[in-house]
Amino acid sequence: MLMIGTGNKAVALAVRDAKPVVVAAYPITPQTEIVEEIANYVTDGSMDARYIPVESEHSSMAACIGAAATGVRTFTATSSHGLVYMCEMLHMSAGARLPIVMANANRALGPGWNIGAEQSDSLSMRDTGWLQCYVSTAQEAYDTAFMAFRIAEHESVLLPVMINLDGFLLTHITQPFETVDPEGFLPPTNTPHAIDINHPGGYGTLTKGTEHFRFRWDIERGMRDSVAVIQEVEEAFAGRYGRRYDMVEEYRCEDAEVVIIAMGTLGKEMEVAVDILREEGVRAGSIRIRWFRPFPAIDLAGREVVVIDRDYSFGFGGVLANELRAKCGCRPFSVIAGLGGQEVTYDDIASFVRIRTEGGEHWFGVDA
Amino acid sequence: MAIPDEEYILKTTSACAGCPSSLILRYVTKAAGPDTVLVIPACCTSVIQGVYPTTAMNIPVYNVAFASAAAVGSGMSEAFRACGKKTNVICYAGDGGTVDIGIQALSGALERGNDFLYVCYDNEAYSNTGMQRSGATPFAARTTTTPAGKQDLKKDLDAIVAAHNPVYQATACAAYPVDLYNKVVKALSMPGPKFMHVLAPCPPGWRFPSEETIEMGKLAVKSGMWVLWERDHGKLAITGASKAAMVKRIPVADYLTRQGRFKGITEEQIAEIQAAIDRSIGCLQKEVESEC
Ligand SMILES: Cc1ncc(C[n+]2csc(CCOP(=O)(O)OP(=O)(O)O)c2C)c(N)n1
Ligand code: SF4
Ligand SMILES: [Mg+2]
Repeated sequence: MLMIGTGNKAVALAVRDAKPVVVAAYPITPQTEIVEEIANYVTDGSMDARYIPVESEHSSMAACIGAAATGVRTFTATSSHGLVYMCEMLHMSAGARLPIVMANANRALGPGWNIGAEQSDSLSMRDTGWLQCYVSTAQEAYDTAFMAFRIAEHESVLLPVMINLDGFLLTHITQPFETVDPEGFLPPTNTPHAIDINHPGGYGTLTKGTEHFRFRWDIERGMRDSVAVIQEVEEAFAGRYGRRYDMVEEYRCEDAEVVIIAMGTLGKEMEVAVDILREEGVRAGSIRIRWFRPFPAIDLAGREVVVIDRDYSFGFGGVLANELRAKCGCRPFSVIAGLGGQEVTYDDIASFVRIRTEGGEHWFGVDA
Repeated sequence: MAIPDEEYILKTTSACAGCPSSLILRYVTKAAGPDTVLVIPACCTSVIQGVYPTTAMNIPVYNVAFASAAAVGSGMSEAFRACGKKTNVICYAGDGGTVDIGIQALSGALERGNDFLYVCYDNEAYSNTGMQRSGATPFAARTTTTPAGKQDLKKDLDAIVAAHNPVYQATACAAYPVDLYNKVVKALSMPGPKFMHVLAPCPPGWRFPSEETIEMGKLAVKSGMWVLWERDHGKLAITGASKAAMVKRIPVADYLTRQGRFKGITEEQIAEIQAAIDRSIGCLQKEVESEC
């Protein structure tokens, strides 16, 4: 069905269509519309779920853990301070192999209080064992949030999935999008380690180093195997509903000599920048990274790379730039831009490409 | 009520000799029966169960983060109820995991009315990490972080919980298993949030010989330092051995001086504690007699 709504609304509708049994959530700008919408669906009966209005984000993830441990589908949403507040529980949920799905509205962290878009919140949760996807439109938010349940719950993944939307730039922008007929796309949950009263056992019991090590490797294996599962689910989605996604989204890359790489809404802006640069005779292309965990395999050999990070790892550099250096062996021109909701236009992005130097770093709006 | 022979905590725990936590857990699980899941935050009981892949428990036990027991319990209970299952969800937590780091989650879950039982076994310190003070450590007790004796009073957890109006709230003590058992059975017969606060005299923490756990619990109750009661839908009743202690009590010095943690306590401090006991028993008596 064709809808007009915000990125937040798209996520809420995807969750409605995925039919979780338990939703536990705590409000925070700019995520609030998601939890308010879901509360409305539960109240008006369009969603048959238990809504737990917890007293904090630590508890929203804890309640999802308790519910998912029984084998039911669960969802929560948060942002920024809420996300880092639940950090301990992010480790606990991934470590317990619980396929919880969460939406995160990317927002800056204080002090001072700033509710603008920034991806430092989720990127600082990089190593928790959660799959992370960054979306760029309301349609993609709806489709990815819906698919996320099938990916997370897949028997060879069984890891939680975080869908990231840029605060305001996507959560609050109204766009048209299509909802799907959900029937039959998501198989019933089948958590092999769900609590079973008839087969009592200890969960998360004291664990010695050797076994702990093996469990960590199992998580890593789930992460690695998730690449094939993501592609399989995205393929099934394309087959049934006609919209196609992949680990990354490439734009005019075939003959590109310089590629711009970014995540989230910047990833759409840079396609316009590519067109501008092409008109100037620059053979530019762009790669928008959708799945950050697991990190995609990208072949950048022989190309110049400009990376835009809406985030920063103090003392080391832009997070995405560092991942690309490590994983793809490139020496990108690293641009830090858009922190705290700073406006970054396609013209700005084109200008980053014009001033690029191999291995250089540029703080947009700070560097002269 | 006859206490069933079935055991849900087997004789293979790694608890200290004379451990009150495993004793309390034994009666809690006997009362709850096999259709029960325990949710346990970081505490001595995380260790008592044994080491993966073995476990001393023969009901499912879900071990969770220190601050999160009540929130995990509420999510779990909602999921079971949504699926039409009556499975008991019991959070079993230490005093630190309850009165300190876990109090926010506990408060939230009690206020939301989720259907679960929260049992706090109170050994009055962070025992798992080596007997540091907690908010539940009593005045004048020495711990590894109050080497000169605690200067502050024990936090009034029961008053905090009572302010949430749970359907059922009770205290109990490891030394009185029948009283404990009956209260757990009663608690689990009611839907909604239930809370129990159980005194757990801990030999290494309180520094008394390990064969005196029961003795120490009895002295706590007989001196009025610990009172057995229940609040059924808010209505207070004194139970078991505490009925006698409301009228006639042994001096609290008989309880304090048996424990190494109160070594060096002054006469003035003992008198202060005695006065506080007499005052709080008076208040309880008034509440029992009141109509509201
Ligand atoms: C967030 C966090 N902080 C600190 C700890 C360390 N820790 C584990 S158990 C514990 C004390 C538990 O005390 P209590 O709840 O009274 O249970 P007891 O050990 O006395 O049975 C502490 C401080 C932890 N596991 N998690
Ligand atoms: S320290 Fe106390 S509560 Fe902990 S296991 Fe030993 S006796 Fe039991
Ligand atoms: Mg303790």
